[in-house]
Amino acid sequence: MKVTIDGIEIDVPKGTTILQAARMIGADVAPPAMCYYTNLKTSGGYCRTCIVKVTQGSAANPTPMPKPVASCRTEVMDGMVVENFTNPEIVEARKGIVEFLLINHPLDCPVCDQAGECKLQDLGYENGLAESRYEFERREYEMIDIGEKIKLHMNRCILCYRCVKVAEQITDGRVHGVINRGDAAEISTYIEQAIDNEFSGNVIDVCPVGALTDKTFRFKQRVWFTKPMNAHRNCTSCSGKVRLWFKGDDVLRVTARKDEWDEAEEFICNGCRYDHKSKYDWVIEGPAPIHRQSVISQNKYANLDEKKLQELKNQKALGFMKIDKKP
Amino acid sequence: MPRKLLIQNVDVPGISSLETYRAHGGYASVEKALKTMRPEDVVEEVKKSGLRGRGGAGFPTGLKWSFLAKPEGVPRYLVCNADESEPGTFKDRFLMEKTPHSLVEGMITSAYALGVHTSYIYIRGEFFYVARILENAIKEAYAAGLLGKNILGTDFSLDCHVHVGAGAYICGEETALLESLEGKRGNPRIKPPFPAVAGLYGCPTVVNNVETIAAVAPIVNMGGDEYAKIGIGKSTGTKLISASGHINKPGVYEIELGLPVEEFIYGEEYCGGMRNGKKLKAVVAGGSSVPILPADLILKTANGEPRLMSYESLGDGGFQTGTMLGSGGFIVMNEDTSIVKNLFTFTRFYHHESCGQCSPCREGTGWMEKILQKFINGTAQESDVDLLWDVQGKIEGKTICPFGEAAAWPVAAAIRHFKDEFLEIARNKKFVDISHYEKLNGGLS
Repeated sequence: MKVTIDGIEIDVPKGTTILQAARMIGADVAPPAMCYYTNLKTSGGYCRTCIVKVTQGSAANPTPMPKPVASCRTEVMDGMVVENFTNPEIVEARKGIVEFLLINHPLDCPVCDQAGECKLQDLGYENGLAESRYEFERREYEMIDIGEKIKLHMNRCILCYRCVKVAEQITDGRVHGVINRGDAAEISTYIEQAIDNEFSGNVIDVCPVGALTDKTFRFKQRVWFTKPMNAHRNCTSCSGKVRLWFKGDDVLRVTARKDEWDEAEEFICNGCRYDHKSKYDWVIEGPAPIHRQSVISQNKYANLDEKKLQELKNQKALGFMKIDKKP
Repeated sequence: MPRKLLIQNVDVPGISSLETYRAHGGYASVEKALKTMRPEDVVEEVKKSGLRGRGGAGFPTGLKWSFLAKPEGVPRYLVCNADESEPGTFKDRFLMEKTPHSLVEGMITSAYALGVHTSYIYIRGEFFYVARILENAIKEAYAAGLLGKNILGTDFSLDCHVHVGAGAYICGEETALLESLEGKRGNPRIKPPFPAVAGLYGCPTVVNNVETIAAVAPIVNMGGDEYAKIGIGKSTGTKLISASGHINKPGVYEIELGLPVEEFIYGEEYCGGMRNGKKLKAVVAGGSSVPILPADLILKTANGEPRLMSYESLGDGGFQTGTMLGSGGFIVMNEDTSIVKNLFTFTRFYHHESCGQCSPCREGTGWMEKILQKFINGTAQESDVDLLWDVQGKIEGKTICPFGEAAAWPVAAAIRHFKDEFLEIARNKKFVDISHYEKLNGGLS
């Protein structure tokens, strides 16, 4: 099926969504997505940041779609023409949506652990206003512990529903959902009941903002002072393929590996996430790729190509690279 | 005398019982359809009738029915949307309360046409007593062999269940209704797929308004062509209008579509003119979500033609100078009414009822209410009018379901036609008295 997005044509298989097609073309045309998550079924459609204008429905029926559509939940049709960044109305509408997402957000980035890897920060940076037009009190919630390892900071939540989908699809016996309605809606485990499940930690990884954070990592370090490395171990529960976040020789945090769209490639188990915080537990593969929006260590090894990396390895410049076995 | 097809017998004593209802010609359409017509013939009659959805959107019912997917071995469902919650609209409640059997009759005839064997009436939680009336009517219908197995000795079987919602406006949106009916949180689904393909429990489903389903019975009785002769142009048949506000005779009226608005407001047969001889200021013609129109534009279109009670005439001029027939919630306001105060009430309602699923509506409705609160408090500035305009524009058309529009349109229309009123409050810092709300609701939250 042929689809044209912002003037660029691409051939995609049937069933591809506009967002997926745009991502195949590249970051220059891909709409931002706060709630869609490739590995979570029925995710997407809530945040509305990925809206695009369909100016031609298909080759067979060229009528434009009357309203902007959520590109993450709209499948392409053969001959469809889509406008994203080239349509001023869409750009303007997206600014409005970003403003809506921010009016009740505390903007406490300076003390938020997510700062530096927060999708809302990126989104605000690209689409936000310099000043808020919202003059009223922002809504506030009490912080909640979801089990021993996860902190829920509802003030920061944008209700993307990703964590709810994780609870639905990855963990068994869902004890996690949304209560209340409208702008009083909140993520809850119903009377703070812990999510007692081997894969519950993934709610942290899917959270696009700082609403769900890893209590074993909270306030330990700003992410831009850490070095992400891909590593693996033999794990009986999950694939064991993870990302380690180093400060010096210490592993401060373990997360899933995320792709260039900031989505976990494979979900990892709580054992890998919380209980293996020693570099000797892991076989280290090498530095994790740094993506376009990342603030992490641009000066550390962002621009190293394979050849230079090999050189450095040989010079033992990156000492920890040598570690590939438990001593 | 205008023709009445839906509520002609409401004043007959005991019409809510099956016996009296049948004595007045009730269930004739079931007899006719099941015994003399094929299901596709019934669909054809509905198509010919030009009947349009009475819930608000005005989508042609016959067309909607023809979209229903019919895969082998998969059940299909008919769901009646009785979650009537639009402020100003109370026509379905009236119909169900007075003549519950006319809805049950419509359900049976429609279900037969669609090949449905299980049907549901999803009724709003606040209408608990109406649900009792319906349940009683259904019980009577089962006992008389009009529901259940082999209806009237034919091989058509149908079950009908009443499901009481918990009182959420959003559950009147058809996919939120289906979610709620399935026992889930009443959040609208993302479309496509539409209910005609994957609705209740993932099966093909038709969701129709109470009045739409009730109208199927007279259509079958008199024939689609005959029905189409009533009304004007593409607005065929009769429509229930629930009139409220500063008029002499508020109530539910059945009108033939095409009736001039002026006659409806001032005619003795209908609203009977303005109460206490006050002047007409504005009308919300189809439930709180449709654009408000000032007196001159509701009585005449921008071209100077008389405005008629029809889908086309009320929509004439687009939203610049027109509005919509909507659900038929006709709210009349006299010269003493504050449009700003009225808008605050509406917006407060939409803020309260937003499901919170998608960002523009969740955040935007609350924001609009807070800005309007400033007008009520007398602390608003002139720039707040522009901000309000901008915020509503950023909600409209960006949401999952039409709730975003429902919340944005009243704001847009009030500013479009009554901007001076907003500016006057902003300039004079004039306090708008809302003491009566406090009496009603025990204070504002």
